[in-house]
Amino acid sequence: MARGELLLEVSHLVKHFPIKSGILFDREVARVRAVDDVSFTLHEGETLGLVGESGCGKSTLCRTAIQLLEPTSGSVKYRGRELVGLSRRELRPLRREIQMIFQDPYSSLNPRKRVGQIIGDPLQLHGLASGNHLRREVQQLMDRVGLQPEHYNRYPHEFSGGQRQRIGIARALALRPKLIIADEPVSALDVSIQAQIINLLEDLQDEFNLSYIFVAHDLGVVRHVSDRIAVMYLGKIVERSPAVELYEQPIHPYSVALLSAVPIPDPKANAARRPIVLEGDVPSPVDPPPGCRFHTRCPWATEVCSEDEPPLAAYESGQAAACHHPRNVDAGMIAATEVAPDSPESASDLLPEPEQAAAAAR
Amino acid sequence: MAGPLLEIEDLKVDFRTDEGTVHAVDGVSLSLEAGEVLSIVGESGCGKSVTAMTILGLTRGPNARISGSIRYQGQELTTASNDELETVRGNRIAMVFQDPMSSFNPVHRIGDQIVEAILAHHDIEKEAAHRQAVEALRSVGIPDPETRARHYPFEFSGGMRQRAMIAMALALEPAILIADEPTTALDVTIQAQILELLQDLNQERGLSVVLITHDLGVVAEIAERVMVMYAGQIVEQGTLEEIFYDPQHPYTWGLMGSLTRLDQERPERLPQIGGQPPSLLGLPPGCRFRPRCPHAFDRCAELPGLEHRLAKEPGHLDRCWLEPSEKKEKREVEGRIGLEARKVSV
Repeated sequence: MARGELLLEVSHLVKHFPIKSGILFDREVARVRAVDDVSFTLHEGETLGLVGESGCGKSTLCRTAIQLLEPTSGSVKYRGRELVGLSRRELRPLRREIQMIFQDPYSSLNPRKRVGQIIGDPLQLHGLASGNHLRREVQQLMDRVGLQPEHYNRYPHEFSGGQRQRIGIARALALRPKLIIADEPVSALDVSIQAQIINLLEDLQDEFNLSYIFVAHDLGVVRHVSDRIAVMYLGKIVERSPAVELYEQPIHPYSVALLSAVPIPDPKANAARRPIVLEGDVPSPVDPPPGCRFHTRCPWATEVCSEDEPPLAAYESGQAAACHHPRNVDAGMIAATEVAPDSPESASDLLPEPEQAAAAAR
Repeated sequence: MAGPLLEIEDLKVDFRTDEGTVHAVDGVSLSLEAGEVLSIVGESGCGKSVTAMTILGLTRGPNARISGSIRYQGQELTTASNDELETVRGNRIAMVFQDPMSSFNPVHRIGDQIVEAILAHHDIEKEAAHRQAVEALRSVGIPDPETRARHYPFEFSGGMRQRAMIAMALALEPAILIADEPTTALDVTIQAQILELLQDLNQERGLSVVLITHDLGVVAEIAERVMVMYAGQIVEQGTLEEIFYDPQHPYTWGLMGSLTRLDQERPERLPQIGGQPPSLLGLPPGCRFRPRCPHAFDRCAELPGLEHRLAKEPGHLDRCWLEPSEKKEKREVEGRIGLEARKVSV
């Protein structure tokens, strides 16, 4: 896909949630490091997939990037304009251009409002349509996302899960946004309905030149929709990659493990492979492990991994991975790496060593 | 052992509601051999969970009408008294549910809850029950089980809770474990751990497993036989290989086609099944998949029986009127099995 103009530039974004306790005065006793120095870019018409396990900070990253949560530090530029520090009033016109679709079509629609109102409210709030014109607009939107316009006066509970997700999509589309953040938009839906919604989102992208940030834990779905993918683990991006490369040659061991854990719907292929089953659980983001955050579960971790936080190293393939022992790369590729310009500030500049890594990869 | 461990014959479960009668399960028959892993696949509302719950008598109630037969080692369960069911439930057939958070009591320690389950069935000292509970936790791979038994459910992560749930189900050494979407709420890396655990239990202890899921990937990983359900009925059943490599029912094709697969080239567009599953209150006449099926023809107005239609595959049954030879051609969509997309009004 041809890349459009730079739309969103997130640099060194940090979001910590303080944990407070105390009788008279709240004292900060710890902080949840939900998003810890994350950078990425998004171009017009592009889809960035964001994958990772629950609690890795994907949703917080999205919400912080579009200023639904106030960042602890870092910068977010939307079409060149800094968003961090803007007041609510200043943000308001930008809200039209950035919309969200949520995971749960059951709890993200107001059960007391009629569908027409749910979809029409954003138009009315922004003073874009009213009266008959509003109704026409809404019915066009309903038709576009595959809902029957006659159902204008129905309530959300009268629709199935897939149809409700269509209502959520129509609502997000109402203001003709440029960027849509879809936070697990299909994970609550049945497979046959998932495919319908994914196809709809793709059609809409072509029609309106939308950019998506597509958050999902389902790696198959993410591969299908994304141009580029960022893999998150415990608040950090561990690998950033064009979609095809990530699935063909994942560099970070976490990406490797994640891909290998996905069951393949083919009994023979399944029996033939030896998946890497990671031990244990994701550590707590309140007290993340020192050095590389993945070292406690990584099958290839060595001493250096627990001491030194690896920088995000840029590879020739267009991938970037934060790992001392990268997989699926040869010595030549490792020798040609350099520290990515937006590597986290807390990371060292210790790049992986070609000989050692090549030996380990064998 | 003579005969199957569990045998269900023509099970029907109807629920009376204000809007009418819901035919949740409509004529399901199955048999489970000792040591077998049987998977029931289907989407929400297809009746897979109701079937499982009915086995344990969990759907009994004033508004439910249950007919047909469920036999565990020859013992009829549909008409068994609650006391009789008690001895089967947990002891012989145990169940784990999808959501490990809501299946534990949040205000009791995990260990105590397992002890309670053991004491409900066995007349032994509390001490001994506690030792069994710790052993059960150890057997499902929970590290430091003595300490973990004293923890509350909220102190466990999702994967650990699901392990504890399985430990509780296994504490009484049942012959059959019914797992209803056991990994759906879990992350992939944790899902892989739980599936490995179920597989070990099956191979080492000879535990029979009924796995209910909507994820064909999970099915391919551990099932031996597969039943596909749609709108309260089994539409196809066969061995794992038969279902994956020679599926006979268009709904099965559709399910396979709409998967986003990592092992194949990314298709330009996902083949989708149009429309939605029918409401169980007002089922369409004839084949229940007909309104969504692009291959439907005149004969589909009559409901096809679940029959054996392939000479070479004796255990492979399906509910579709198409000729097996036609099916081979029709299920190919862009080089893979799928359902040709057709515009169906929503």
